[in-house]
Amino acid sequence: MKDRFNLYRFASPATFYPLAGAMIPYFVAVSVVFGLAGLWLGMLVAPTDFQQGEGYRIIFIHVPASWMSMFIYLVMAFWAAIGLAFNTRLSGMMAQALAPTGALMAFLSLWTGALWGKPMWGAWWVWDARLTSELILLFLYIGYMALTAAIDDARRADKAGALLLLVGVVNVPIIYFSVKWWNTLHQGSSVNLAKSTMATTMLWGMLLMAMCFWMYSIAVAFMRVRTIMLERERNADWVKTLLAGGEK
Amino acid sequence: MIHWNSLADFLAMGGYGFYVWGSFGMTVLIMLIEPIAVARNRKITIARLKRQLRAETRNTAE
Repeated sequence: MKDRFNLYRFASPATFYPLAGAMIPYFVAVSVVFGLAGLWLGMLVAPTDFQQGEGYRIIFIHVPASWMSMFIYLVMAFWAAIGLAFNTRLSGMMAQALAPTGALMAFLSLWTGALWGKPMWGAWWVWDARLTSELILLFLYIGYMALTAAIDDARRADKAGALLLLVGVVNVPIIYFSVKWWNTLHQGSSVNLAKSTMATTMLWGMLLMAMCFWMYSIAVAFMRVRTIMLERERNADWVKTLLAGGEK
Repeated sequence: MIHWNSLADFLAMGGYGFYVWGSFGMTVLIMLIEPIAVARNRKITIARLKRQLRAETRNTAE
């Protein structure tokens, strides 16, 4: 018999569980390395901004947190679509595992934004299109978690949550393009593939921090999804074997 | 290579210390608390599932 490589095999919790477990330490390690490199470049090497002085250094967490808050939502919406289309078990668990991290990223984006806005604009908060749509993103995350937590049956919770995620996905391009579509107090994008308005060390510091946040999010989501798998598949033989074998 | 002249200089962040460190402080806090909370939740869940599994095997044995 030929032993064929089958991608669908990884969509089964029994296969994905040990794989995710084995990958977590690597994601943590890579995240720490990117984080240290990014902090070194951004906080120690990068020059002062000619307009915003040293206050601009908040960018090294504000932008990565904001990017991740939008990206995680898109990944959740992707899993929602897969789950609704193919009725796969893993997709709902993935969305469930990502939601708290996405919510925390949205919160960090707003928190660091407030601490940046106060010295630069004179206000912690303004009802600007960028800020308001990011706040709505935080509410979407919270709404998704509350909705799925309120439905006892996991598969039904997944379906209801998936619908909310897919309806809410319209908000992501609104956040992203808000600084172009409306006159916002929030500054436009500083990163541009053709010509960036930032110094090279600033840009690299920010990109390294974004990689750090990305790897961090994967590590935490994998940690969380493994617990969700045990919980939901508790009647499956592979989970019973693991538990009997003293899984920690 | 290093942009700062002294540690005090670095901590003051050109007068923006409160805002910069308030941002980084919250981020560090969240990135420490979140994995700890997830690990703790995992321990609690596994302990509960093991209890349930033991109770189940006892019941079928009787």
